[in-house]
Amino acid sequence: MKMTETILLDHGSGGRASQELIKNIFLPQLTNPVLACLEDSAIVDTAAGQLAFTTDSYVVDPIFFPGGDIGELAINGTINDLAMRGAKPICLSLGLILEEGFALDDLKRVILSIQGACRKADVPVVTGDTKVVPKGKGDKIFINTSGIGLVDRGIQISGKNARPGDVVILSGSMGDHGITILAQRAGISLQGNLRSDTMALHRLVQQMLAAAPGAVHTLRDPTRGGVATSLNEIAEAARVAIELDESAIPVKPEVGAACEILGMDPLYLANEGKCLALVAPEHADRLLELMRSLPEGVDAAVIGRVSEGPAGRVLLKTAAGGTRIVSSLTGEPLPRIC
Amino acid sequence: MCLAVPMRVIAVKGVENDFTTQQLGVVEAQGIEKEVRLDLVDHWPEIGDYLIIHAGFAIHTLDAAEAETNLRLLRELADNMQAAAAEEKQ
Amino acid sequence: MKYVSEYRDKKFIDPLVDELRRTIDRPLRIMEVCGTHTMAIFRHGLRSLMPEGLELISGPGCPVCVTSSAHIDGFIDVASRDGVRVAIFGDLYRVPGSHGSLAKAQSMGAQVEVVYSPMDALTLAEKNPQQMVVFLSVGFETTIPLVAATILEAERRQVDNFTVFSTHKIMPPALSALLGDPELRLDGLLCPGHVSTIIGAAAYEPLAANYHLSCVVAGFEPVDVLQALIMLARQGREGRAEVENAYGRAVDWQGNLRAQKLMHDVFEPIDCQWRGLGTIPASGMAIREKFSRFDAEKRFNIRLTETPEPKGCLCGLILKGRKNPADCPLFGGRCTPLNPVGPCMVSSEGTCAAHYRYGRA
Repeated sequence: MKMTETILLDHGSGGRASQELIKNIFLPQLTNPVLACLEDSAIVDTAAGQLAFTTDSYVVDPIFFPGGDIGELAINGTINDLAMRGAKPICLSLGLILEEGFALDDLKRVILSIQGACRKADVPVVTGDTKVVPKGKGDKIFINTSGIGLVDRGIQISGKNARPGDVVILSGSMGDHGITILAQRAGISLQGNLRSDTMALHRLVQQMLAAAPGAVHTLRDPTRGGVATSLNEIAEAARVAIELDESAIPVKPEVGAACEILGMDPLYLANEGKCLALVAPEHADRLLELMRSLPEGVDAAVIGRVSEGPAGRVLLKTAAGGTRIVSSLTGEPLPRIC
Repeated sequence: MCLAVPMRVIAVKGVENDFTTQQLGVVEAQGIEKEVRLDLVDHWPEIGDYLIIHAGFAIHTLDAAEAETNLRLLRELADNMQAAAAEEKQ
Repeated sequence: MKYVSEYRDKKFIDPLVDELRRTIDRPLRIMEVCGTHTMAIFRHGLRSLMPEGLELISGPGCPVCVTSSAHIDGFIDVASRDGVRVAIFGDLYRVPGSHGSLAKAQSMGAQVEVVYSPMDALTLAEKNPQQMVVFLSVGFETTIPLVAATILEAERRQVDNFTVFSTHKIMPPALSALLGDPELRLDGLLCPGHVSTIIGAAAYEPLAANYHLSCVVAGFEPVDVLQALIMLARQGREGRAEVENAYGRAVDWQGNLRAQKLMHDVFEPIDCQWRGLGTIPASGMAIREKFSRFDAEKRFNIRLTETPEPKGCLCGLILKGRKNPADCPLFGGRCTPLNPVGPCMVSSEGTCAAHYRYGRA
């Protein structure tokens, strides 16, 4: 596939453009069996056990938004990447790139948020780094994190493990974070109860694994690219098909309305406090009940099933009673008039 | 070219045809509020009216009476279908 | 969402699907004029519910798809000038001209701002007096009055760093030009709901009369589309070629006269090139001389140079409803939403984009 000559914003969107970058630029040079799995975190086998290791960067603008800020996002997001492999998070690193002129009060506010998120999740930041770039060479604050966790022996959670018959559960409402950020864009000025859903999910995951060991085959937090892209990636990795029921997917009324106004599809919007769980059907009811009993999963719902094939296809049964294919996000979602 | 949504008027600012005042309304749907321009609207809105909103402007008042008539017909059609299906089952 | 959710209710849709199946008694070729209809039909999975014999063909009602390559190049030219910041609807962001898109221009340093409303572009100009803000304007009659109102407001506020680069087009002349093609063989038109809000259902009467075509004005929710298709099927069965309005809650016979007046106060019709359709007389809308200081083409002295269509690209024939995306040798291979060759693929409502994203499930 022909690539563009320069980096475009689309390359950071989490959709196909991002995947192309990985496939054409990164993997050919950096490939090794662990990296090539392209999961939320890497599992590295050591004498101490299975270590999960992940890295993430946060460049969201605006840095403060209803429901959270870039600091909280960074901590919860990194913890979630570990949790999605079934890992118990141990510790995090925090790297900051600050733009000259960034207000110290704002920095303090972000650090306070980070501390709050770490305390709430009970996962410490144990090492850090700070750099400053001249004004105009950054954008207020960029955050890079990495995280280490431990995966108990016997736990095998991966995109590849999804199998026909599995039940697809979404831990709560879809699109909250993505639409909240979009609505903050200068000029859009939508007022309403839109809030980011940023939340750490490691405790939810641990409880699920304890309740039904071996039943959880795949976990994925549908961040950039949304539920649609995550499910396409899973279907591709596991060589299965996934069928979704549009009426079953929880979407908050205000999120739905904001999406209609801007012409967005919530299936493609980022979620920062939700996970997809593909689980063995005989345990699905029990796991759903467990999730709903926890604060992180009150709105959890079964949204679909894994089926035999065609491999890589995600099909949606629409609320109208028809069917259509759900493909991966191609580029950055933008408000439209048509 | 055609993305537009109906939203309910909760406030009207400015005076009709007096462009020294801002021709603005505030509309809402599911708790989402938006300030919209009223330069083009077919008639000056009242609180509670529904306006069709396209790219930040109201392009028409939604004819609620027309909508209700249509919905009533649809409900009848749905009820008839349900009744027919129930009969078939017996 | 009130007056939206009801029209997506399955308990209303089921009987309508049934009714449509029972009403169709012969093959019907219906053109969905408006790209938003194409998208809505795909998005709600309506294609999978259509009965045998109903053929839905996409038409030229995708304002981004029909914007000529020369105009896109012109947009990029303006965006790349010093001291200029362009504002656009999101739809325009990835559309390819002869050498790249506005997305690419942004990556090379152009200031491109995606806005939700043309008024946002005016506000941007007021907030950035040291820059020239140019609103790159596409859209049909649903959108043109908005831009007209924005220009009038700019005049009232005496903003001198705001201009509009208009590539606006109007529907009826293009439809006439299309329908003049004997190879097209249409039975009916699914008329664009929100364009009709502005121009009125009466606007299609000449088409119905001159081309013996059933015309039904339709909204965009599944119930709206189905109701309109049933009316088209009935007309087909009864041999009628009339204009009917299936979107009464948003469209009346005369349209929105106030919006029409504003549109004509600020814009005037000119001959215009439609990508894939050639030049159509009196089908474009240019800013009147009176408002020339808001006309970016005049302020920047923009020269538009025509470029040939990319080799193999069938956008033109697809826009005319003569070919389907699957017929195009580039579809899905060289031409994808990520690397589009022609605008039918990149526009969010382009026929090829809709087929690619939603498939024929």
